[in-house]
Amino acid sequence: MAKDDNGAEHVTAADSPGAQLATSAASTAVVTRDALVNPGFPPHRPRITDLDHKEERKAERAVYTLFYVSIVGSVFAIAAYMAFPIVAEDPGSVRLNNLFIGLGLSLALLAIGIGAVHWGKALMSDHEGVDERHPVRGTEPVRARAVEIFQQANEESGFGRRTLIRNSLIGALVVFPLPAVVLFRGLGPMDQDPVALLNETLWKKGVRLTMDPSGTPIKAADVTLGSSFHVIPEGLAEMGHGRLEEKAKAAVLLIRMDPDDLVEEEDRKSWSYDGIVAYSKICTHVGCPVALYEQHTHHLLCPCHQSQFDVENHCKVIFGPAKRALPQLPIAVDAEGYLIAQSDFTEPVGPSFWERA
Amino acid sequence: MTTITTRESTEDQAVGVKKSGGFTASAANYIDERTSISGAVKELGRKIFPDHWSFLLGEVALYSFVIILLSGSFLTFFFQASMAEVVYDGSYAPLKGIPMSAAMSSTMDISFDIRGGLLMRQVHHWAALLFVAAIGLHMLRIYFTGAFRKPRELNWVIGFVLFILAMAEGFTGYSLPDDLLSGNGLRIIDGLIKGIPVVGTWVSFLLFGGEFPGTDIVGRLYSLHILLLPAIIVALIAMHLLFVVVHKHTQYPAAGHTNQNVVGYPVLPVYAAKAGGFFFIVFGVVMLIASFFTINPIWNYGPYDPSPVSAGTQPDWYIGFADGAMRLIPTGWEFVWLNHTYSLNILVVLIVVGLFIVTVMIYPFIEAWITGDKREHHVLDRPRNAPTRTAIGAAGVTFYASLWAAASSDIMATHFHLTMEGVIHTLQATTLLGPFLAFFIAKRVCLALQKKDREIVLHGYESGRIVRLPGGEFVEVHQPVDEYERWKLVSYSDFKPLMLRPNAQGKIGATEKVRAGLSRWFFEDRITPVTQPELDHAHGDHPAEITDK
Repeated sequence: MAKDDNGAEHVTAADSPGAQLATSAASTAVVTRDALVNPGFPPHRPRITDLDHKEERKAERAVYTLFYVSIVGSVFAIAAYMAFPIVAEDPGSVRLNNLFIGLGLSLALLAIGIGAVHWGKALMSDHEGVDERHPVRGTEPVRARAVEIFQQANEESGFGRRTLIRNSLIGALVVFPLPAVVLFRGLGPMDQDPVALLNETLWKKGVRLTMDPSGTPIKAADVTLGSSFHVIPEGLAEMGHGRLEEKAKAAVLLIRMDPDDLVEEEDRKSWSYDGIVAYSKICTHVGCPVALYEQHTHHLLCPCHQSQFDVENHCKVIFGPAKRALPQLPIAVDAEGYLIAQSDFTEPVGPSFWERA
Repeated sequence: MTTITTRESTEDQAVGVKKSGGFTASAANYIDERTSISGAVKELGRKIFPDHWSFLLGEVALYSFVIILLSGSFLTFFFQASMAEVVYDGSYAPLKGIPMSAAMSSTMDISFDIRGGLLMRQVHHWAALLFVAAIGLHMLRIYFTGAFRKPRELNWVIGFVLFILAMAEGFTGYSLPDDLLSGNGLRIIDGLIKGIPVVGTWVSFLLFGGEFPGTDIVGRLYSLHILLLPAIIVALIAMHLLFVVVHKHTQYPAAGHTNQNVVGYPVLPVYAAKAGGFFFIVFGVVMLIASFFTINPIWNYGPYDPSPVSAGTQPDWYIGFADGAMRLIPTGWEFVWLNHTYSLNILVVLIVVGLFIVTVMIYPFIEAWITGDKREHHVLDRPRNAPTRTAIGAAGVTFYASLWAAASSDIMATHFHLTMEGVIHTLQATTLLGPFLAFFIAKRVCLALQKKDREIVLHGYESGRIVRLPGGEFVEVHQPVDEYERWKLVSYSDFKPLMLRPNAQGKIGATEKVRAGLSRWFFEDRITPVTQPELDHAHGDHPAEITDK
C-alpha cells in the first residue's frame, strides 16, 4: 500500500506529471530534482481495542448502552411533553416545557451520535484505504467522441448552417421571459406615485400634536422644561388601514428646551413655541426612529447607525453617516392651549431617495 | 408469504445472489432489479474520504441545513405569514390586547401556546446562526489550505453562492415574525434601497407593495424563505456534493499522501458511522443550546411600530458586517446634483461590500492568473507554505472583522466606557489600515514558521536535554524528526515568479507586465523546501553523539 506511487517524480509535492504535460509555458512551479522522497505510509498502529479483548468488550458495551440511552431520551421527551404542559399566562411553564423536551431530545440525539462515532472509531476496522485519482477531464477518446457528437448534431440539425433559424430561435428565447418580468410590475401598486407619497405626511395646518401611542392631545403648558414626548398627529391612533405607513412618516419628537439654548435661524424662529421644538423622528440616513434623547447635551442619537443630531441647532448632524438635519415641524398653540402643526413638514422626511432634491 | 418468498428465491438464483441471504438480500435484490442501485453501491460504497477535523466544518454546515429544514417544516404548520392586524389574545400576559400582525401573533402562539413550539423556534434560529457560521469557517478552511485551486474553482463559486443564499435565508427568516427588531431591519433595507440611484424609490415600492411597511412584505419574504431560496440551496448543495465526489476529497500533506491518491476511510462502514453519527451530535448540540438559551425573544420587543426603538439593538451576526460598514461612513457623504440625490453614505457601502464579496468569489481565478499554475491540486497547502495567500486572507479577515465589530460600536462604547465617536474612528482606522498590517504580520509569521520547519527538518527538535561532552562542552540534544513527520514539513512546491515572455508579435503587453509584477509580489521572499543534499549536509554537521541515541 505504501508504495502505490510509481516514481520519484510523482511524489514531488502537488506535482502531477499528467497535468504537467498539459501545462503551458506559464507554469511557475519549480521541479526540484533532489527533493526529498515521499517515505510512503507510516506503519499501522493498532488500537487498544485491537489488542485487548477486554477493551473491545468495553467499547462494545459503551456503544449499545449509548443507543439504549438514546431511547430513554426519546421516551423522556415524550413524557416531558405531557408532564410539563404550558399553563396559560405562566411563562415559567413555557420555560420548563422547553427545557425538558429539549433535554430529552438532546439526550436522544447526542447518544446516537456519540455511540455511532465511538463504534466507528473504536470497533470498526481502522485500516485506511487508498483510492487512486485520475485527471478530472475526460479521457482523450471520450472527449473526441463528445466533440464528434456535437458536430454530428450540428450537421443533422443545421444549427450552424441555417443561421436564420438559429438566430430567430435565440431571439425568441431571449424575449419570451420578458412578459414574466413585466408581470412583476404588479408587486407595486398601480395607482400610486411614490414620489408624491414620500413628500407628504398626515401633518397639516391645525392638526394637534398627540401622544404616541394613546393619541391624547398635548397642552403646551404640560411640556415641562427638559422633557421630551413621542408624538403622532391627531387621528393617527384611531386609523385602521395605513396606520403604520403614516406613522412611519409622521412620527415626531417634541422637546422643550430653555429658549436661550436654541440657536434658531431667522426664518424658522416662528416654528418653535416658547422653547418647544418638534422634529421628525425618522432618521435621514436609512429611516430608523431617532428615539434616544440625551437631555444634558440636547443630542438625539439614532441607535441603528449612531448618527447624532443637535437639537439646539435645528437637529443638524454632528456625527454619524446621516447627512441631512432632521426636518422640523413648524408648531404653534391653538386657542385651547394645545400644540398644533402650522403646516406639513417643508421637506420629505426619512431616508434620502433619488427624486428628492 | 410463502409464495412470495419462493418467487424471490427464484429470482435470487437467476441473478446469482446467494439463496440463503434472507430478507435483506431479497429486499436488496428487489430494489436493484428496479433501480440498478448496485452500480451506485459499487462506485460509492467503498469510496475513500480522508479524515481531518477541519473537514468537519462543511459537514456542520450541511447538517445544520438539514436541522433547519426539519425544524422549519414544523414551524410552517403553525406560522401565519400575514400582516393582517389582529389583537393578541394568547398566553403571554404583557402583550394581551395589543394589536399586532397575524405573523407576530402566530409566532407568539408558537412560543407560548404550543408545547415544544418555542423549542423548535429556537432550534431553527440557532441552527440558522450555526449554518452561516459553519459555511464561513468552511470557506476559511478552503481558502487558507488552497483547496479552491484547480479543479475546484467552480465548486468554490457554488459554495460562495450558498454562503450568500444562507445569509439571504437568514435575513428573510429573521424578518418574518414582524416584531419591532425585524421591522427596524426591514426599515434599514428600505432606506438602503431608496438610496440607489434612478430605480431605488420604485424598487422599494415594488418590494413593499407600496409605502413602507405596507401589508405585503412578510408574505413575500415567506415565499422566498420557505420556497424559492431553499429550493435553490438544495440544488446547489447537490451540485456542491456531486463535485466533491467527482474531484474526490483533498487531503493534507502527509507521508504516503500524493497528488494521485486519496487516503482515508471507506464510506461503508467507517465514514458512514462517523459522519452519520456526527449529524446527530450536531443536532444534539443545537438542541441542547435551544433548550438552555433564548434566542430572538420577540415578546420583549413587541410588534413592529415605526416609532419606538431600543438602544443596543443588534442584527443577527452574519448581517453585522454590512450594518457595521454603514456605521463607518463619515458624516456628510451625500450630495444633490441636477435635482437628484446621490446618497454616497449608502452607495459607498453597497459598492465596497459588493466589491469585497465579488473579490472573494473570484479569488481562485485571480490567484491562478497570477501564479500561472494550471495543474490539478489535491494535496492541500499548509497555510504557512503559501505566505502571500495566507497574508491576503488575513487582510480580508481583518477587513471583515472591522466592519463586523462596527455593528457593535455602541455596545463596545457603553461596556468599555469609551466614547461612541472614539470607537467609530478607531474602527475606521482598522478597516483601512488593519488589512495592510495584518498582511505584513501574517506574511512574516508564515515565513518564520517555514524557517522553523527547515530548522526542525535539518537539525531536529530541541529536546531540552543538556548533555556534557567528554571534552567538557555542554550541548543540547536535538531529537531528529522521523521521515514521516519530515515529509509533512518538506512536501510543498517551490515556485518562481512568472517570466515576461513576448507574444507572437514580439511585444510584451501591459496586462502581461501587470501579471508578471503581481507574480513577483506573490512569490517574493520564498523559502524553499529542504532538499536531500541539504539534509545530508546538515546530518554531516551533527556528530552522532549530539543527537539522541
